[in-house]
Amino acid sequence: MSRRYDSRTTIFSPEGRLYQVEYALEAISHAGTALGILAKDGIVLAAERKVTSKLLEQDTSAEKLYILNDNMITAVAGMTADANILINFARNQAQRYLLTYNEDIPCEQLVRRLCDLKQGYTQTGGLRPFGVSLIYAGWDPQREFQLYQSNPSGNYGGWKATSVGANNASAQSLLKQDYKEECNLKEACGLAVKVLGKTMDSTKLSSEKIEFATVGRTESGKIYHHLWGADEIDALLKEHGLAKPEDTEMSEN
Amino acid sequence: MYGEQLVFKLPLEVLLGITGKDFTLIAASKAAMRGATILKASDDKTRELNPHTLMAFSGEAGDTVQFAEYIQANVQLYSMRNGMELSPSATANFVRGELARALRSRRPYTVNLLLGGYDNIADKPTLYWIDYLASLAPVPYAAHGYAQYYCLSLLDKHHHPDIDFDEGMKILRMCTQELKRRLPIDFKGVLVKVITKDGVKELDYEDDVKVDVP
Repeated sequence: MSRRYDSRTTIFSPEGRLYQVEYALEAISHAGTALGILAKDGIVLAAERKVTSKLLEQDTSAEKLYILNDNMITAVAGMTADANILINFARNQAQRYLLTYNEDIPCEQLVRRLCDLKQGYTQTGGLRPFGVSLIYAGWDPQREFQLYQSNPSGNYGGWKATSVGANNASAQSLLKQDYKEECNLKEACGLAVKVLGKTMDSTKLSSEKIEFATVGRTESGKIYHHLWGADEIDALLKEHGLAKPEDTEMSEN
Repeated sequence: MYGEQLVFKLPLEVLLGITGKDFTLIAASKAAMRGATILKASDDKTRELNPHTLMAFSGEAGDTVQFAEYIQANVQLYSMRNGMELSPSATANFVRGELARALRSRRPYTVNLLLGGYDNIADKPTLYWIDYLASLAPVPYAAHGYAQYYCLSLLDKHHHPDIDFDEGMKILRMCTQELKRRLPIDFKGVLVKVITKDGVKELDYEDDVKVDVP
C-alpha cells in the first residue's frame, strides 16, 4: 500500500507522511557522525570521516567541515554531492547579503535561506529532497555564538549541543549527560572527542578518522574560524588519551 | 543614458545632521518649493525607516518621496521577515546600493539623503551622508545643498564627538541662524528630529528667533 506513495516526494501518504523525506533522514542516519557543541567563548564542530581505503589520498581538503563565510562554518552528514550544492548556495547567499548590506549575514538568516531551499524540494514535484543534515556554527553581533541544525525536511533549530549521522541518538544522550552550560571552548573540544570516541566504531581515534573545527574569539576580540590540521587533532587526542598508541602503528606496518 | 546629462541643481532645501555622544540630530527645512514658489511651509522631508533610523531627503520633487518611501517599505519588510532591525550601517549601504542601481537605469533618482541612526549593538549614534551619485560617507556632522556653504565651517569649529544634547542644539541653532542670515530665500524654518537609543522624537524648535544681519 505505502509503495504507491513512495515514489513521489510531494505526495502525502494516507498516514500524513512524506516518505521520501523520511528515507532521506534514514540515509543520513547511516552517514558518519557529526556533532557541534556551543561553549561560552566559542563553538566546536567535529565529524567522523569514514576512511574507505588506505589507498585513498588523505591530504585532500576537508570533506565534512566547510567554511560558509567569515563568521560561519558547517558540518555535513549525508550525501556529500548534495551537500556541495547546499554549501555553494549558502556561500552565494552570504556574499549576496554582504554585497547588499556591507555586513555579514546574521547566522539564523543564512540557515533559514538554506532551509527554504531544502523545503522547496519537499513540495516541488519531480525532485528528491537533499539527503543532507547540517550543523552550523557561527557568530553575529546580535546573538553572538550560535549553533543550529537542519535536516532534509527544511526544519531547523538552535541547539547548545547536537549531533547528526550514525549513532546520533547515543551521541545526543552522551552530550545531554556531560554538557555543562558554562563550559569554555577547550572543555567543549574535550567533550567532542570524548563523545566521538564512544560513538565511532573504532576504539582508537586518529586525525585520519576525524575532522575538527572551531569558531572563537581571539584575544583582541576578533572572531575567527579554524579548520584543524592533523597535528592539532592528534595533540588533542593525545591530551585526552584517545590517540592511537605509536607502537601499535609500528606493528601494523 | 549616455549623452544625456544628469542635470542637478544644488537644492535650496536645507538638510543638516549632527551627532553627539548619545544622539543624532536631523534638521530639514519646512518649505516645499516649486521653482520660485513656496507651496507649503510645514513640509516633512524625513521618513522613519525603523525605530532607530531616520532618513532626510532633498532633491527633485516626486523623486524624493517616491525613493524615501520605497526604502522605508523595504527596511520595514526586512524587520518583519527577520524579526530584527536592520542596523543603521546596513541600511545606509542598502540605500546606497539602490541609488547606485537607479543611477545606471534610464531614469535615475535625483535625491540627496542624510541617514541618522542609533546603533544599538555598538551603542553609538551614526550619521551617513549620501548624494544622488550614490556616494556614501559616515560623518560626525553633515549638510546638503547650499546649507553646506554656511554650516560646515560652523560645525568644523564647534563640533566635538562627545558633545551632549544641549550643546548639539546650541550648534544647530548657530547653523539655522546663519542660514537665516545668509541664504537669499526663506526656507520656512526647520523641522528637527532626534534619534537616541529610545528611538526617534520630533522636537519643538523655535523658528522666529530674531536674526541680526550686518
